This record gives sequence, C-alpha cells and structure tokens, in this order.
Amino acid sequence: MAFAGRRDVPEPPDFGILKRLARDQLIYLLEQLPGKKDLFIEADLMSPLDRIANVSILKQHEVDKLYKVESRPAISASDQFCFLVRPRIKTMRYIADIVNADKMSGRSRKYKIIFSPQKFYACEMVLEEEGVFGDVTCDEWSFYLLPLDEDIISMELPEFFRDYFLEGDHRWINSVARALQLLNSLYGPFGKAYGIGRCAKMSYEVWRDLEEESEADGQGRKPEIGNIFLMDRDTDYVTALCSQVVYEGLVDDTFRIKCGSVDFGPDVTSSDKSIKVLLNAQDKVFSQIRNEHFSSVFGFLSQKSRNLQAQYDRRRGMDIKQMKNFVSQELKGLKQEHRLLSLHIGACESIMKKKTKQDFQEMIKAEHSLLEGFDIRESTSFIEEHIDRQVSPIESLRLMCLLSITENGLIPKDYRSLKTQYLQSYGPEHLLTFHNLKRIGLLTEQSAGETLTAVESKVSKLVTDRAAGKITDAFNSLARKSNFRAISKKLGLIPRVDGEYDLKMPRDMAYVFSGAYVPLSCKIIEQVLERRGWLGLEEVVRLLNGNEFSVSDSAVEDNPTWESQRVILAVFLGGCTFSEIAALRFLGKERGCKFIFLTTAITNSARMMEAMIEAKA
Amino acid sequence: MSRARADEEEYWHSSKFRAFTFDDEDDELSQLKESKRAVNSLRDIVDDDDDDDLERVSWSGEPVGSISWSIKETASSSTSSLEGRDSSLQKGSSSYAAFPKQVSSYSLSSLFKGRNKLPSFQSLSDALSDTGVKNYTPELRRPKAEYKDYGSDWSPRDTVRRMQRGKVCSLERFRSLQDKLVLLDEAVAGHDGNVITAVLIFLKRTLRREILFRELEVRQVALCHLIHFLKETGEQKLLLDLLRFLDRTEEVALSQYREHLNIQDVEKRREFLKGCIGLPFSAEDTSHIQDHYTLLERQIIIEANDRHLETAGQSEIFRKYPRKASILNMPLVTTLFYSCFYHYTEAEGTFSSPTNLKKTFKIPDKQYVLTALAARAKLRAWDDVDALFTTKNWLGYTKKKAPIGFHRVVEILQRNNAPVQVLQEYVRLVEDVETRLNLATKYKCHDVVIETYRDLKDRIQLTAYKCKVERGSAEEDKINSILNNMQIRWKN
Repeated sequence: MAFAGRRDVPEPPDFGILKRLARDQLIYLLEQLPGKKDLFIEADLMSPLDRIANVSILKQHEVDKLYKVESRPAISASDQFCFLVRPRIKTMRYIADIVNADKMSGRSRKYKIIFSPQKFYACEMVLEEEGVFGDVTCDEWSFYLLPLDEDIISMELPEFFRDYFLEGDHRWINSVARALQLLNSLYGPFGKAYGIGRCAKMSYEVWRDLEEESEADGQGRKPEIGNIFLMDRDTDYVTALCSQVVYEGLVDDTFRIKCGSVDFGPDVTSSDKSIKVLLNAQDKVFSQIRNEHFSSVFGFLSQKSRNLQAQYDRRRGMDIKQMKNFVSQELKGLKQEHRLLSLHIGACESIMKKKTKQDFQEMIKAEHSLLEGFDIRESTSFIEEHIDRQVSPIESLRLMCLLSITENGLIPKDYRSLKTQYLQSYGPEHLLTFHNLKRIGLLTEQSAGETLTAVESKVSKLVTDRAAGKITDAFNSLARKSNFRAISKKLGLIPRVDGEYDLKMPRDMAYVFSGAYVPLSCKIIEQVLERRGWLGLEEVVRLLNGNEFSVSDSAVEDNPTWESQRVILAVFLGGCTFSEIAALRFLGKERGCKFIFLTTAITNSARMMEAMIEAKA
Repeated sequence: MSRARADEEEYWHSSKFRAFTFDDEDDELSQLKESKRAVNSLRDIVDDDDDDDLERVSWSGEPVGSISWSIKETASSSTSSLEGRDSSLQKGSSSYAAFPKQVSSYSLSSLFKGRNKLPSFQSLSDALSDTGVKNYTPELRRPKAEYKDYGSDWSPRDTVRRMQRGKVCSLERFRSLQDKLVLLDEAVAGHDGNVITAVLIFLKRTLRREILFRELEVRQVALCHLIHFLKETGEQKLLLDLLRFLDRTEEVALSQYREHLNIQDVEKRREFLKGCIGLPFSAEDTSHIQDHYTLLERQIIIEANDRHLETAGQSEIFRKYPRKASILNMPLVTTLFYSCFYHYTEAEGTFSSPTNLKKTFKIPDKQYVLTALAARAKLRAWDDVDALFTTKNWLGYTKKKAPIGFHRVVEILQRNNAPVQVLQEYVRLVEDVETRLNLATKYKCHDVVIETYRDLKDRIQLTAYKCKVERGSAEEDKINSILNNMQIRWKN
C-alpha cells in the first residue's frame, strides 16, 4: 500500500496443516467413543472449533446433539456423553453433577471428557473427589494452535494473562512449550531465539528440554521460520492499554473480534439482522485497510466505491455478448466486493458514531499527554470526570492504569480519590478489582514499595542466598516498576514532531498511535533484531527488569541466503494487540522481513481490564 | 532395560493390531515426510506408549489425515530409538518415552496414596485394571511396556519430568519432609504449573498444614500455586488459614469480602456485609466496606417503599416513568441518579432524598451536580437545572456557578434535547471563547455566536455568520444592528 518494501517480503509458511492436524485428532478422539453420542462443548471452545470443523463433520462421527457446557442439559436419551472442555475445576464439577445425577436415577451412560489443550492433575483430583473417576474416561485434544490468518496463530487461551500475571500460576507454560515444539518441527528449526521476560525464559527452557528429549530429525532441514522472539506481556503494558486507531484494532475495540471473525450488528449492516464476517487476508477490502490509520480508511473506501461504480457502469453500452460475459465473469466478484465495501463502510460509520459520543478526541488527547508526560494534572481531572459521568467502567479503569504505568504509580492522594469515586460510580465490589490491579502492578500507589521491601527482607532472612535471589525475582515480577518514562526516553518512543505526521505515508511504527508513540514492545523487537542480540541495550534491559536472552543454535545451519532468516516468529505471552501486529507488519515491509505472530490470545485494553474483575463463582 | 524390550516385543507380537506394513513405498515416504514430521511433532496426538526401533517405518498408503491413518499412527509414531533411551536413562535424565498419555487410566489415589505393598509392576497394573476404564482397547492404547515404570525408583527430577509429560508416577515414596521438599523444588524448577499443583496436592494431603505453610512461605512460586488452587477449588477455610499464617491480613479480609458476590438474597447479603465491616481492611477500605453496607441497607428500604408506591399507582412520577429495574445492588451514583429522578424534592430526613445520600456518603459537589443535572435534564425539569447552578450572594444577587465546566453542562443538556433557550444560557457561560463559539455554532445558539463575535470585535466573522441565520429573522436584525453600530471599534 502506502509504503514500498525495500526487499521482497518472504511469503508466510502455510499454516493450514495445523488445522488439519487438530481436526484429525478430534475426529480420532470422537471415534474412540463409537456410536451415537451427545457432545457438550465449552463456550470458549466453540469459536475455535468452528474454525477447524463444522457440524456436518461432527455428525459424520456420530455426534447426535450439541450442547453448551453450563446450560443445564436438555433431557437427553443418549447413552453416551462426550465433553469437550478446557481443564477447569468448575467444569469438572458440572460434569460430575451430571454423572452423579444419572447414578442416582439409575441411568447408565458412557462419559468421555476431552480436555483441550491438555489435562490437569487438579481436574482429575476433582473427578476423583466427586466419586466419578472410574465412570468417565479422559482424553487430551492437543489443539494448541489455531491459525487465525496467514500470519497470526492464536493459542486461544485468554486466561493465560490472569493465570500467569495475576495468580502467578505456571500451568500454561508447558502448553506454550509444546506449541513451540510443534511449530519448530513443522517450520523450523529456529536458528536464533531471543526473548525477554520471566515467562518467556521459562517457556524457552521447557521447550528446549522437550526438543532435547524428542531428538527431532530437524538437523539439516531447510527451515521456513528462522528466528523466534518471545516476550512477556508485562514487558509492555502501555501499548496494550492505549486506544487503538488502526482499523483492525478499532474494529476489535468497538465490536470485539472473536477468533478472527466479528459480528456486525444491525447498526452496521443497516438491516435488521447481524452478519458474521470473517476478517482476514482473504477479505479483499479488509486486507487493504486493516493496518491503516483510521483517518486514511475513509478515503480509501470512497475511492474504492467510485472504482466499483465505474466498473458497474461499464454495463451501459454493452452488447448482448459483452453483457453475458460481464454477468458470468465479473458480476459475482463485483457483488462480493460491493457487499464487503458496504459492510466496512457501515462499520466505519458505526465506529465514528460511537467514538464521537465518547469524546474520543478528548480521550486520545489525554492519552497522548500521559504518554508524553505533560499536563498530568489535566489528564487526571479528565479521568476523574470520566469516572464521575459513569462513561464506562472499563475505559475508566484503563485510563487510570495508563496514568499509573506511565507515572510509576499514582500519588497517594489521587489514588485514594480516584478509587473512591470509581467505587461510587461503578460499584463498591470493585474494591476487589483495585486489589487485583495493584497486585499485578497495573494500578499502584507511589511509595507502595516500602511495604514490599519489608516483606522481602523478612523472607530473605529465612532462606539461602540462591533462593533469596529467586524470591526477589518473584517479588519483582509481582509488583515491578514500569520505568516507562526512562525507557521511553532511551528508546525514543515519542517521535519528535516537526510538522504534521503524515498518517497516510507513515515513516515509523508510531503511525499506529497517530504518530504520537512507537509501541514499546515492537521497538524492542526492532532493536534486538537489528543488533542481533541485546548488546548496547543494557540500560533498557535493566529498566525492563532483565530476564533477556539471545541464543543461537549452533547445530542449525546458518545460511544467510535462506528466506527463513527473514521470517520471525513473534511470540506474545499474555496476549498481543492488533496495533502491535500492524506495527510489526509495517516494520516487516520496511525491512523486508516477515513477522508471524503467535499469541496466547488476541487482546486489547478492555479484555485486560475485564480479566482483573472478580466474578461470582 | 531388557525387560522393557521383552515387553515391547511381546506387545508387537501379540497385538492383533498390526500397524506396520513393510512393503516399502519410498515415493510415498518422501511425499509423506512432511506430514509425518508434523504428526511426529504432535506427540500427544498419537498415543505413542511404546518405543520401537522401527525407525524407518514404511507407510501403508493410507491417505494422510484419514482416521485409520491416525490410528495406525497411534501404534507406530514413536521415533526415538531404544538405545538412545537406555543411554539417557543411565545418565539419569528421563528422555525416555517422554510423551503425554491420552487416556488417564490411572487414578490420583494411585498417585498420591500409593498402595499398601511396595509399589511393583504387578500390583499397579492390577490397580489400573480395576479403575473401570473400558471404553478403549487396552492393547491399542496402552501397551504393557509402560507399566513397568511404576516400579522404578525415579529421582525427584525424573519424577517431575515424567509428570510433565503426563506420565503416571507414584509420589508415595516421598515420605521424608526433605524428599517432599526436593520434589517440590524440582517441580518449581520444571516450570510446569500443572505438576507444581499436583505435588502440592500431595503435600497438602501428607503434611500437617502448619508445616506445609511454613515451607511455602519461603517458596513463593509454589505458594502462588497453592493459593490459586485453593481459590479455584473453593477451599476457603484453608485459604484463610494460609493467608493468616502468612500475615497477609488485608488479603484475608478481601477474600472473605469476596464471598458476598455469591450471595443472591439481599437480606442475607446485607447481613454478610455487616459482618465484613470488622475485617482487617486498611482504614481506607474499611470505610468503603461500611459504605457498601450502608448503601445496600438504604437500597432495601427505598426499594420496598417505591415498589409499594408503584403498585399503588398513586404517585404520578412512577406512573409516568415506570421503573425499568430495581435499585438493589446498584452503584451509589446510580442510586443518586434514581433518587434525583424520583425523589428530588424530598426533605433531607428521608432515606431516599438526594441530599440525604449526598451527606451520608460524602458525595463530592462535582459528582452530585453531574448526577442531579443528568436526572433533572432527563425529566426536562429546566427550572431544577437552573436552580442547581444558581447561587445567591449575601446581597441577594444571583450568579451562575458550577463545579464542573459549563461545556460539560451544555453537553449533558444537549444530550437530553434541551431547547435552544435553555441551552444558550449555559453556552454563554462557557469561559473559553473558542469552545463557546464551537458549541454555540454546533447547537445553533445564534445569540451567543453573535454576541461573542461582537465582543471579539470580529466584523468579518459576524458578517459571514449572517448567512447561517434565517432571512428576516430576529437574529438577522440583531446582526445588522450590531454591524451598523458606529460605537464599536472593529478589529477588522
């Protein structure tokens, strides 16, 4: 589009095989329970399942009725129940209740639980405790990787964020390692690995262990992906907290893209029904605007509409034969394009309407001030008013977090007053939300460090040096300082403005935030790839609390002519936003390399905030 | 390891499931190499319980991806050689058969409780046979060769590794505290939360809680896992004991307070919240909890009253604007809005009056005004709006004052479709000239625009504005008279 690539960007590998593998394994597992059966599917697994299989495939393998886990099962006459679930304790109890109810009424059925992506010991413990252990059989559906697009693979584990970063639970690290192992065996070997963050490091280690054990025959194979970069979400919360202004990000913020597709409601379709649209590179209209700043999207769409009109107009003055040709060859394509165009135009309108209502302009202004670090008081009162007017509980939280992260915590007076007003506006139970945000380090009070240090030194006295180091690490990860201002200065994240930033002809990754801010996560990746390591970034690493690594696998042939050298698997542990994806796609075009995104889930500020809210059991 | 080999051989010879066909089809082989690589990497797809040195398996020509193909894969997919495995075992690392199982035919009790006899191959396979798992063909899914693992004295490290791969390992051997702790430390070092939690479940069963707590205090990662596990399983009592032991009093309080989310009945919820007031919160949070309790208490009273009023049909406001939802469990600001909507004129003495709420909860002026404004504007009670901003000084002069910017006031009024007469009064009060002009133009408050241009002495803009107003209207006259006014010294 607007930017011309200096070198040819390598084509992404074909990830279709991942879908095929997952589908085949599922079929195999279903066949393990021969005969007709009812299938209970966990809500979270429905969309991913939709992307790899369909009902007719399930029916072919004797699935009779489909139920959603959690809704009370309809009275079912089936002799066999199959549960397709995430490994969660709550779900185990739900299943146990069904089994026990059947037992009470003297009904005998076969039950099978298929865990995806893996089974947890704790789940089996619950089954055992509930007295249904022998009554159910368990299987694992190793569905780790769902390709959402030609360059995005998602693990569809949004709970990763809360489980790891808030609760400190390492349960998904093994899953990440397995996902890496699979990708490495299909598209690797990855010759070079970089990373930053505790979780990145652990995942890397577990993955290497798996590789050593498997003695894979990867040596000497020509890889399709040559580099891998792992990053923890807490390395950069700021970027994830910003309002998104590239089209795909805005669509996600406004309508929520779920598993690569979006439900456009009546306000977009200008009819009385919703339409589900798959958003990916196959959508000829979407693929051209997804990475664009919202302000350039209108122009593009109207240009496109004019072209389309012109093509339709060609009909006039055609003779019968030409007309016949036109109808048989072009009309379908034009109609398709027309449909897509009108949908995206409708989406733009709807976005505009919503954003104008929310004082989007003012909000963006406040965000930019926070990023640049001036007019903090003004931004603080903007946030205050936002809360008082009950604009949106999630947006208010997001702005407070952004203020906290960029300022290394709120001053105690502001913290108290904003918290009080928040509880008054949105409900006292958010006391729990504030506690969670404090624990994860997203919303803190300045000088809170003292209490932490006290506990730390108390604990340290009790243990050996080696362990003490680990504890300090653990504490750091729990409530680390963000040091955003210093990092931003070191890496030049706030571009100097000389004149207007031309959003149509972006000059750097800052365009994804209207030219006001280069996403930190992407800047780190850019710098490390450029330097082929962390050399020269020591100060930045220190400010980011360390845990960086850079490893070359000497066993892997290093052939600079291979395209794979220019293909990088960017792994986001804890979620990745569409803004980051757009920024790195831009960087890839600039540098002639291709980024493949592997994320535990697509995230945005709202999802992150929602993950911090306590729900009833 | 000869036993393993013997078992495997026995398996391959006895199995009716002959997965391999040895008719070489090299073309197929190369063609399928890619897929095979994929499948092999997906160790967990295929249930490779068994190792075999049949590395160079030739494929039978089943279409890749078919079900029968996967089932054959089940039996044949392993790649690592027996020799390699043996040597690695000698080194003490367990790269052997490091693949997760699909079917859990073992029970956790075999994991944690062990058996009376010394665990041996025989007894454990007995245990497996009576777990009641009968939905698969044992020969296919679980070759006997695997069972021998139970007997081995796995080191803590190997035990953890095997558990990471989903293998069964009895933890019963780890009886001394030191062994248990080594096991736990290995689990933590292995970075697999699933295994860490499994070990913790074992420790929880076999150690007195004080001992467990004491050891976890210096093992933060493991501690996080136990806390998370207790939260998920809802073992609230143990969780609270643990937090108390750790002196995390604030978390004790929050964790108890959290339970109110699960109480549906409002009366019970209110009682519960009352009990929460005494919990060891920070001073600041204690007042929030107190407010929470008071708020719900008020809401219960208001709700009972208003429901009565509404059903009686006597009150005009409830007839005209029936309530859409109950006020119970709503935030304070919503309650205030409700009270400004339905109970605006009530005396301070009643619980439902806005002033009472404002006083009780120390609602800041700004917050109060915003909410009252929104409520009264919604009812189009413009006089109330006017009164909200009118202050009298000691001489009796009235003046308009607002704790929020007047542009905000305008916005709220506009959203509630206030008439221009009302709107322009507040647009006029917007201090910043540019904002005032913008708002006035946007909402067609012609008088304000005209007056502002006059005050700015901006003849050009004023002249230009003439085309925005209707021909022959009072506004046009006004513009004309200003433009003709010789007193004004225009800046342009």
